[in-house]
Amino acid sequence: MDSAQTAIEAGAITLRQKLGFAAFVSTLFIAMPIIFGRSPYFITVLTNAAVLSFVSLGVWITFSIGRMNLAQGAFALVGGYTTAILATRCAVSFWISLPLSGFASAILGALIGWPVLRLRGVYFAMITLSLTEAIRLLALNGGDVTKGATGIVNIPRPGAISIFGLTVIPAFAGADPLPYYYLACTLLVLGLFGVWRLSTSRLGWVFRSLRQNEELAASIGINVAKYRVMAFAACCFMGGIGGAFFAAFHQNIYPASYTVADSVNFLLYCFLGGLSYIFGPVVGAFLLVISFELLQAAQQYQALIYGVLMIACMLWLPNGILSLDLRPLLRRKE
Amino acid sequence: MAILEVQGVTKRYGGLTAVNNVSFLVEQGEILSIIGPNGAGKSTLFKLISSFVPPSSGQVIYNGKIITGLAPHEIARLGVVRTFQETTIFKEMTALQNVVVAHQLRCKASSLGIYFATPTARADEARFRESATEILDYLGLGTVKNVQARNLPHGHLRALGVAVALATEPKVLLLDEPFAGMNVDETDAAVRMVRGIRERGVTIVLVEHDMSAVMRISDRILALNFGVKIAEGTPAEIRQNDSVIEAYLGRTDEELGH
Repeated sequence: MDSAQTAIEAGAITLRQKLGFAAFVSTLFIAMPIIFGRSPYFITVLTNAAVLSFVSLGVWITFSIGRMNLAQGAFALVGGYTTAILATRCAVSFWISLPLSGFASAILGALIGWPVLRLRGVYFAMITLSLTEAIRLLALNGGDVTKGATGIVNIPRPGAISIFGLTVIPAFAGADPLPYYYLACTLLVLGLFGVWRLSTSRLGWVFRSLRQNEELAASIGINVAKYRVMAFAACCFMGGIGGAFFAAFHQNIYPASYTVADSVNFLLYCFLGGLSYIFGPVVGAFLLVISFELLQAAQQYQALIYGVLMIACMLWLPNGILSLDLRPLLRRKE
Repeated sequence: MAILEVQGVTKRYGGLTAVNNVSFLVEQGEILSIIGPNGAGKSTLFKLISSFVPPSSGQVIYNGKIITGLAPHEIARLGVVRTFQETTIFKEMTALQNVVVAHQLRCKASSLGIYFATPTARADEARFRESATEILDYLGLGTVKNVQARNLPHGHLRALGVAVALATEPKVLLLDEPFAGMNVDETDAAVRMVRGIRERGVTIVLVEHDMSAVMRISDRILALNFGVKIAEGTPAEIRQNDSVIEAYLGRTDEELGH
């Protein structure tokens, strides 16, 4: 643990970390499509898990400044509607509206975050929870802009990207979810890399200093409000990107596309995977999304079994699944 | 010349006046102690100077500039830095990381620069690391710099709190009870440490209960009682001051460090 931490501190990556990441990336991009390529259902589940991981990584950033953020659903909704409106009304390409949706969410997040981030603990959690509900109601009563409860449907699929007549990415067509899957994995890998940079740079240390003691941070000249907003905006950016992706993936968005339950889930993925690991939200999201699907077979007991499993994890692995130390097991085998 | 000037500051919490119209000057390079019984308003006065709480009236002037109303981090950036009672440090970092993070205000790179590890950011990083190591060595923490702060013993934590404050290169250092909970030997070491910091050109204002340490270390002493300044002077003057003996100590001379 200690040696790993000094490695992180120096910004250096150990060989094991590099190999682990390479294995993760090749599993995502090569192994999974080969194994599940013929099952659109499984590919869809994996796509969901990848983008939900990406969105939860944002929530993980707000954890690093010591805030429990239950507003990520709201910012996914904002991102989703931004893409939906830009695509259906202004015929903006998905590839342009994707980053724009992220920025729209980030700007809104910064504006709301500035006053709201003064609150801590359960007060911050409560107000962000209300925010998820408030944005849903806003979408519901948005009149012609959001089309109310009907939502925005028939959002065009992402088009082709060509540079100098050369098609780099072909248009997403038909019912095959594979192109979306590759896009989702690309987002996840970029997101992981981005958050890893953030967390290991001195910005990450400043964020953690806020979590540990905001007063002390202020006393040594750290502009607490500025860095809090920065972390929250980064989180909202990721929420917005995720929302935009799902809007294009499902080709529709409704006020109920993201509810309080979704905001809670993003938080749970972080908890379950482990808050002190960047991979925490990824492990949590993949495990929960996939296990929820596997439990489909259990029919009406699905939610019950799922709930019991969750409670068991929280009881026996309070620091997340990644805190599970498998080394003694491996040693015995050797 | 006075580096810090406190002009008639008052702080009321509802019906309670914690600090009542207190004025004093802090001269460049001196060690000024603020003494007083529990609840005399010493800590509140500290929070008022470092802007952690706003005064009900009055103002604080630093180097000819009114600093009242600025945010705490802005005051720290100007060079007025406080420490905290007890052991307020970043517990989940090593001693070295604590002090490196405390260099943040001397950062030349922008946030984006830090993110993308530009040459400026890397130069900052190297400079901070070097300076942090120097500060830790100076305060006798060199051997424990890679220990998680939460695993450090009490005395080391106190010194680490001072190291964190020193990393900001303060002009005025406000020490909140630097000798509390220390035995005689630890106090002696801490007194030497505070003197050493002053020799580095830092003006020191401290709040303290330990009378013998205060008498040894201070150039001047300010006595508070019920939020009111009752005396100000050299240790010798304070020792003989009737109102201090009566109103604040009310006990034998022994406690005044005789």
